[in-house]
Amino acid sequence: MVILWTDALIFVLIIVICALAIYLRDKEHIKRPLQKIAGSKVGVASLVVLLFFVLIGLIDSLHFKPTQDKSNEVISCLDYLAKPLIEHVEKTYSAPFATTLYSKEIVVLEDGSTQWGYPRLLYGGSYLVNPESDLIPDVSKKAIYGLAQGVAYGSLPILFYLAISYKRQRKWIKLEPIPASTRTVLLVTFVIVSLGYALNYLSSYYHVFGTDKVGEDVFYQTVKSIRTGLVLGTLTTLIMLPLAIVFGILAGYFQGWLDDIIQYLYTTLNSIPSVLLIAASILMVQVYITNHEQSFTSVIVRADMRLLFLCLILGVTNWTGLCRLLRAETLKLREMEYVQAARALGVKKSTILIRHILPNVVHIILISVVLDFSSLVLAEAVLSYINIGVDPTTYSWGNMINGARLELAREPIVWWSLSAAFIFMLALVLAANLFADTVQDAFDPRRNAE
Amino acid sequence: MIQYIIRRFLYALPLLIGVNILTFVLFFIVNSPNDMARMQLGQKRVTEQAITNWKQQHGYDLPLLWNATATNEEKVTQTIFYQKSVGLFLFRFGVSESGRNIGADIQERMWPSLALALPTLIVGLLVDVTFALMMVLFRGGYLEKTGIVLCVALMSISSLFYIIGGQFIVAKVLKLVPISGYDDGFSAIKFLILPVIIGVFSGVGSGARWYRTLFLEEVEKDYVRTARAKGLSETQTLFRHVLRNAMIPILTGVVVILPLLFMGSLIMESFFSIPGLGSYTIDAINSQDFAIVRAMVFLGSVLYVIGLLLTDISYTLVDPRVRLS
Repeated sequence: MVILWTDALIFVLIIVICALAIYLRDKEHIKRPLQKIAGSKVGVASLVVLLFFVLIGLIDSLHFKPTQDKSNEVISCLDYLAKPLIEHVEKTYSAPFATTLYSKEIVVLEDGSTQWGYPRLLYGGSYLVNPESDLIPDVSKKAIYGLAQGVAYGSLPILFYLAISYKRQRKWIKLEPIPASTRTVLLVTFVIVSLGYALNYLSSYYHVFGTDKVGEDVFYQTVKSIRTGLVLGTLTTLIMLPLAIVFGILAGYFQGWLDDIIQYLYTTLNSIPSVLLIAASILMVQVYITNHEQSFTSVIVRADMRLLFLCLILGVTNWTGLCRLLRAETLKLREMEYVQAARALGVKKSTILIRHILPNVVHIILISVVLDFSSLVLAEAVLSYINIGVDPTTYSWGNMINGARLELAREPIVWWSLSAAFIFMLALVLAANLFADTVQDAFDPRRNAE
Repeated sequence: MIQYIIRRFLYALPLLIGVNILTFVLFFIVNSPNDMARMQLGQKRVTEQAITNWKQQHGYDLPLLWNATATNEEKVTQTIFYQKSVGLFLFRFGVSESGRNIGADIQERMWPSLALALPTLIVGLLVDVTFALMMVLFRGGYLEKTGIVLCVALMSISSLFYIIGGQFIVAKVLKLVPISGYDDGFSAIKFLILPVIIGVFSGVGSGARWYRTLFLEEVEKDYVRTARAKGLSETQTLFRHVLRNAMIPILTGVVVILPLLFMGSLIMESFFSIPGLGSYTIDAINSQDFAIVRAMVFLGSVLYVIGLLLTDISYTLVDPRVRLS
């Protein structure tokens, strides 16, 4: 078991979320919006999609050393599960479901003569005797077979749910109709599991999203990139939240010189264009890493360190917006009767802040966390494009896009890497945006009035 | 009024000093000039002599804050802080690591940036506001629902996708415009038209959504009800009253970013190889030219502070409820 820095922080984050959930479980003012989210079809559907992504990210966050010897190789559980995909390395580009390479080469035929043509892939559909005629029937056969198996697995939760409700009611005939949101959850899970399984099944025979320049499977790359996106989206918030909450509430509540200092601090940070601040900081991190090479034992540790630094920097540049919102809200809250009453009764200042102010700004924090998530995932792609994002060795959608964008100029074009990255990114960001909308609807008191 | 402006200006000065100190700490204290020299010269096997030469060549061979060996006022002036950071206040950007004058480069490259950013802003604003108004006009109907869904979908697509896709389809397949490049004068239009369209398109999702919430907030207000009660049609209230009042936050939001338009857009300019400040910055980042990055950080914050100043002033001009205080 090897615990990288980001792994550790992810698990800390999950523990914090669980603790918060347990703490807030019985609070009435949190419960009602949560019920509203649970009642919204779009909300639960996007939540299921997000959870699926999180699950993959978590599996990818458990790192260990595969061998007992002294090599520094570290792999994650996902790598372990996807071993065939890692080993199926071709020579260079190949299209999705192709059986030959993308470019022509001199091929040595069985009788020893040479020919100018497309060489067969080492793994993708290599068992086909006659690829031209066998490919389509074989792919459809495998797809149907995989889908059938996936459907079987996907219907397990539905059967499970039905069994439970049967056990509760003891009769089939008068089965209560399934609540709408539960139906959505079951349906989305069913679709994801079936499709995911079918893709997974096919990927052991073919390269479902093709291969990239060095022949690596693109499907594997996109799945690995999920973790990077999630880490950036969540850890950045983890870093930014304490700053924003502490400074925002203190500035709003105490006013005076403290307020002045904090305002000065965030206006200064705000006034530097964030891309440039990130660029400057990342350049500095690069200098630091190259000059302290001995403390980063392996590539994965170095890449992980850079990812963590990026989260840190994004967190430092991003906390100002939330801080300003919290300050304004606290300014309003401190004049409320209940806060004044608490003050008049001689309640300690720290208690007022924690008991009376903090719970009443939770909705702002929640909304901004969810809203920030999707923009951070998108920002990663742009930053990686400018070379100030994650380490070039880290799998990320930004790196995939960056590596593939020049290939559009080729003839015929290499479109699969780009498309795979964009589709996965779109799925994650769309789910996050839709979920953010639902959260905002549920938690924003102004929207509640409607 | 002038007094107010001067006061706001004086208020902005500490901000710039803060930015300056921050960049100084980031570039010279977190990593010493020695580290930078080693980075520039290649990591392995650099002789001390080479590092000293490099530092001398670029003027990094001075003490950071206090030069004890110099005399009189040179104790302060013959330092890296004075030479490299204080000069920024007077817009003396110095020379880049490759020996070019940064100030001249910036002056030359700021116009292409502006030529791209200004049309994008104006067209984008018009499209966003129109789209948002449409959604508000047909609120409660299917048209609004579709509009919201469309906005969320547009928002969720990476801006890189718009750029790569647009460039590929419009420029490469359809061959309507050149793929990339730039020209002086009016012939630049054919190079700029695609980036402007893409820029507008990638911003429309979040922009229209934001303006919609602004308009919706305004629509709920009492004066709108009064306007309707006195018999104005929905379109009349929307255009005559709601739009005009909602213009205040919209305008001030635009004024803040107005000066920053000079900085250009990083990815747009580098994708379409427009020789603006955005691609200048990217080149500097990629070649690890710290002098340029430092200059751009400072320039960016100066422009932002000017934007804040302009916002304050425009508030007082546009909104009669705001008084100078």
